[in-house]
Amino acid sequence: MNLRGMAAIYRSEMARTRRTLLQSIVSPVLSTSLYFVVFGSAIGSRITEVAGISYGAFIVPGLIMLMLLTQSVSNASFGIFFPRFSGSIYELLSAPVSYMEIVMGYVGAAASKSILLGLIILGTAGLFVPLQIAHPFWMLLFLVLTAFTFSLLGFIIGIWAEGFDRLQLVPLLVITPLTFLGGTFYSIDMLPPFWQGVTLLNPVVYLVSGFRWSFYGVGDVSLAASLAVVVAFLAVSLAVVSWIFRSGYRLKP
Amino acid sequence: MPPAISVTDLSKTYASGFQALTGINLEVKAGEIFALLGPNGAGKTTLISVICGLVNPTSGVVLVDGHDNIRDYRAARARIGLVPQELTNEAFETVWNSVSFSRGLFGKAPDPAHIERVLRSLALWEKRNNRLITLSGGMKRRVLIAKALSHEPTILFLDEPTAGVDVELRREMWEVVRGLRESGVTIILTTHYIEEAEEMADRIGVIQRGEIILVENKQTLMQSLGRKQLTLELLEPLVSLPNALSDYPLTLSDDGQALVYRYDTQQEHTGITGMLEELRKAGIQFKDLHTEQSSLEDIFVNLVRENP
Ligand SMILES: Nc1ncnc2c1ncn2[C@@H]1O[C@H](COP(=O)(O)OP(=O)(O)OP(=O)(O)O)[C@@H](O)[C@H]1O
Ligand SMILES: [Mg+2]
Repeated sequence: MNLRGMAAIYRSEMARTRRTLLQSIVSPVLSTSLYFVVFGSAIGSRITEVAGISYGAFIVPGLIMLMLLTQSVSNASFGIFFPRFSGSIYELLSAPVSYMEIVMGYVGAAASKSILLGLIILGTAGLFVPLQIAHPFWMLLFLVLTAFTFSLLGFIIGIWAEGFDRLQLVPLLVITPLTFLGGTFYSIDMLPPFWQGVTLLNPVVYLVSGFRWSFYGVGDVSLAASLAVVVAFLAVSLAVVSWIFRSGYRLKP
Repeated sequence: MPPAISVTDLSKTYASGFQALTGINLEVKAGEIFALLGPNGAGKTTLISVICGLVNPTSGVVLVDGHDNIRDYRAARARIGLVPQELTNEAFETVWNSVSFSRGLFGKAPDPAHIERVLRSLALWEKRNNRLITLSGGMKRRVLIAKALSHEPTILFLDEPTAGVDVELRREMWEVVRGLRESGVTIILTTHYIEEAEEMADRIGVIQRGEIILVENKQTLMQSLGRKQLTLELLEPLVSLPNALSDYPLTLSDDGQALVYRYDTQQEHTGITGMLEELRKAGIQFKDLHTEQSSLEDIFVNLVRENP
């Protein structure tokens, strides 16, 4: 194991966050606060309760998930895309590090950022609405698993993308709609039965549901289903990454 | 001691179908400076990239200090420092951080004293806190060299290390490279400045269209392929060569003003004395004479021309 190599990647990625602190931390916090003002206060004052929880508190887990998914994907994809783009990836590929070490360095850093961000947003939310966390351990588990899984997805996108436009495409066209349609701002039993069925095909529903369960003890789907979907997603992403490095896809001509 | 680099039957066909390397066999001895010469597109960078693990070979085996560069990639790569041809770097990092990062990436414990030595030897010490984006092209190239040296490699690849570096610094870099060789580092360099190869290399390999067409000791190469020519400026122009001189490898210049005599420096008897004697007998007088020795450049150009 080249632990030092892995740590070097991790540290340099975290240093990049510090250099771009404003966009990495401040802007998601700001936009979450805006969500609270608009959805939580303005709309929430008309919708009193969902599943026995005040609307403002109800949307907290969904909002955190929204930020977690989009930030994990964008951080991790940019992290690996930039060295590819600038050519400095030659160093990574010629160094005595295994692909798992490279992945752990990049994905670990992106996930750390997202987790930190999730906790900051949680703290921010606490300023707006009273929070309760029924199952802190599960809350953290979901936070960490989701951050890693979607950072892995971002890493894959960063390797696949051939230009900045494509880099933006997936988060914009896939992640954001899936999250908004994933029960972030509503409970899926508020939908007509047909759309409930469709929604169950959306993996984000399971993430949000599991996460919300860890807060309030209620979810749209069972905890086991939520966990299974996260783990399955993680396994698929890992398989893709390992294929990428074995075949050299987009990395080695 | 195994050779620093041993390449066997290496071929590379890119996804486009273009065959960039064809059956390369090459050994680089530990501790030597090996210069890889070849025209643009010959496959120098491709060969280096395959050895360093940046390009997947289509077939063939690469051993680095006896370690297979794919199966035993950690051991192989840990020994190699690579300075790529293209200027690439993490624009927003400082020189110091970028070079320290390289050392960490290769699994070496931090050693600020070593990094300082490397930066000083490459005249980068003053710039250590500058962001890479603020450096000139030649400085960026030196940063790439510093990064490669940061992890104390025993084999160093320099893909056109002095492209875009001014003359004075080029000399300084040669000194650095010589210093490395003194300390036992094997160096493989590609260059388009033949004088560089002439000055530095112990052995020379010429690659063309993806094939190694020659590997030779520099000294031997310059002696065996090196030719000298003696030019005699004539007092009176000649219309044709006198018959008595037809046995000599003499050519008359187009204007008839000069005679050119070509000979191998290696030959025991160059025939100069006899030739001059014949000239005297024929009453041909000359006002001046000079000799020229072919440089590595001439040798190289001839080689590449002879192997179309
Ligand atoms: N990724 C690639 N896909 C397809 N062809 C490639 C690729 N990389 C290089 N080539 C081709 O392989 C050949 C050898 O290229 P290479 O870069 O090894 O040449 P070189 O000897 O380093 O040339 P130069 O002196 O210009 O640096 C060229 O014809 C080049 O176009
Ligand atoms: Mg090249």
